[in-house]
Amino acid sequence: MQFGIFTVGDVTTDPTTGRTPSEHERIKAQVEIAKKAEDVGLDVVAVGQHHNPPFVASSPTTTMAYIAAQTERIVLSTSTTLITTTDPVRIAEDYGTLQHLTDGRMDLMLGRGNTGPVYPWFGKDIREGINLAIENYALLHRLWREDVVDWSGKFRTPLQGFTATPRPLDGVPPFVWHGSIRSPEIAEQAAYYGDGFFHNHIFWPASHTKQMVELYRRRFEHYGHGTADQAIVGLGGQFFMRRNSQEAVNEFRPYFDNAPVYGHGPSLEDFTAQTPLTVGSPQQVIERTLGFREYAGDYQRQLFLLDHAGLPLKTVLEQLDLLGEILPDLRAGFAEGRPAHVPDAPLHSALVAA
Amino acid sequence: MTRVLAITAGFSVPSSTRLLTDRIADAVRRSAGPGVEVEVEVVELRPFAHALADHLLTGFATGELADLIERVRHADGLVMVTPVFAASYSGLFKTFLDVLEPGLLEGKPVLVAATAGTSRHSLVLDHALRPLFSYLRAVVVPTGVFAATDDFGHEGLEQRIERAAGELVALVGGRRALHVVRDEFADPTPFEERLRPVR
Repeated sequence: MQFGIFTVGDVTTDPTTGRTPSEHERIKAQVEIAKKAEDVGLDVVAVGQHHNPPFVASSPTTTMAYIAAQTERIVLSTSTTLITTTDPVRIAEDYGTLQHLTDGRMDLMLGRGNTGPVYPWFGKDIREGINLAIENYALLHRLWREDVVDWSGKFRTPLQGFTATPRPLDGVPPFVWHGSIRSPEIAEQAAYYGDGFFHNHIFWPASHTKQMVELYRRRFEHYGHGTADQAIVGLGGQFFMRRNSQEAVNEFRPYFDNAPVYGHGPSLEDFTAQTPLTVGSPQQVIERTLGFREYAGDYQRQLFLLDHAGLPLKTVLEQLDLLGEILPDLRAGFAEGRPAHVPDAPLHSALVAA
Repeated sequence: MTRVLAITAGFSVPSSTRLLTDRIADAVRRSAGPGVEVEVEVVELRPFAHALADHLLTGFATGELADLIERVRHADGLVMVTPVFAASYSGLFKTFLDVLEPGLLEGKPVLVAATAGTSRHSLVLDHALRPLFSYLRAVVVPTGVFAATDDFGHEGLEQRIERAAGELVALVGGRRALHVVRDEFADPTPFEERLRPVR
C-alpha cells in the first residue's frame, strides 16, 4: 500500500490574510512540499496539469524531473495528465524521457479535464472528451509497446513508420492509472487494459466512489487480468489535522468556507459527513482513512490533497509532519487482514521482474 | 402500477401552486381507466432548496435530494408545476431541472402547469415551459394548465385539468416507464465497442 499526496497546482488567496502567493512561490512550494513528503516517509507525490489560471501546473514533467533530481525514493506521478488535449506522441516522449531520468521512479494518471474553453486552445472539443481519451490512449499504449507504429485516427495527424523515442526503460512502459469521478467509460477503459483506476474521492460522496470502483473491479476480472480484488485501485483523500479536533476545525473553517471548489455551500459539518474530508485529530484521520476499505476493498494507493484552498506553505508542511507521524499506524492498519493475493501498486522494479 | 410524480415549486403555505398541483394529482388518479392503477405522489421542492443550492456548488446530490432524483428517473410520468416569477418559471423550479443528469427526462411524459397573480402571464406555459421541456426531450402533453388567481373561481380551469390529466394518463397508461436512461454501471458498453472507431 502506497501513501502520498496530490496537488492540482492552484494559486489561491489565503482567505484569512488576503495574501495571494505568486506563481513563482507556488511552483517552488510544490517542490518543497514534494521534498518534505519524501522526508516524512511518503511513497508518492503527484502533480497536476492545467492550462488556465489560477493554475500554475502547465508542465508536469518539468516539475517532476526537477523534484526527482532532488529526491531519492519517492515515486513521481500526476493528478492528472490530460490525455484529451495533450498529443499522445508528446506524452510518450515526455514521460518516456522522465522514466529514464528517474530510473523508473514514476508513473502517470490520465484524466480528461473539465474546463470547456481549454479544449479549443488545443484544437479539441470537450464534447469529444471520452472519445479523445479512448483514441489518444489507444495510440499512447501502442507507442510504448511497438517500436514502429502506423496510425490513423480521428483526432491527430496520421503516423507512418513512427518510433517514439526514447523506448521505455528496460522495455517496460510506465504504469498508467486512469482517473475519473463519474464516467463509467473510463473505469471500463482501465479494466480493459488492466491498468490502474484512481478515484479522486474528495468532494464527492463515498457512494460515487463505490460505484466506480466496483465497476472497475468487476470488469478487470471480466477482461481476464485477475480477480476483482486484485485490480489496482487508488483513492484520493483530504484532511486537516491538529493535535485536537476542535483546534483543527477552528483553524480550517475559514479555508473551507471560502474554498474555490465547495466554498459558500454546505457547512463544514455537512461536507465532512457527506465526503471523505476529515477535519480533526490524528486518531480521527486514521480511523476515517482506514474506513475507505469498507467500500473500496483492499487497495493500492492513497493520495491526500493537502495544499489547496489557500493554505499557506508553512501549514501544509505541518500537515505533512502530522501525516508522517500517523503513517506507521496507517500502514499497520491497512496491512491488517489484507489477503496475500492482493498485489501492491506496481513499481518499475516489479514490472521488470514480472 | 403506474407511478406519476407531481413536483410543485410553490413557496408559501398555503400555496396556490400546491393547491393546483393537488387538483391535477386528483384528476390524474381519477383518469385512470378500469384495471389501471395510477399512483400519484406530490412533492414540494421548497424543503429541497438548500440541498439544491449545495448541489450547484458541489456538483452532487445528498440524502433526500438524491432519492428524489432517483424517483424522477423511475417515474412513468411527471406533473411539473411552478409559480410564475418575473415572467417565467421560478428559480427553484429551474434549479431542480438544472441538477438532473442529462437525458434523465428523455421520452418522459410531462404535464406542465403554472400559477400566477394575473392572467397576463398565461403564455408562460408555451413560451417558457414547453421550450424547456422540449430541450430536455420530454414529451409534453398537449394541454397545459395555467391558473391565475381568479381562475380558481372559474369552471374552465377544472375542464383544462381534466383534459390535461386524461392526456397524461393516456401517455403513461399502465405502461412501464417509456425510457429509463441506461445504467452504464450495471451494464457497461464493452470496451471493444468503444474502440471500434479507432481500429
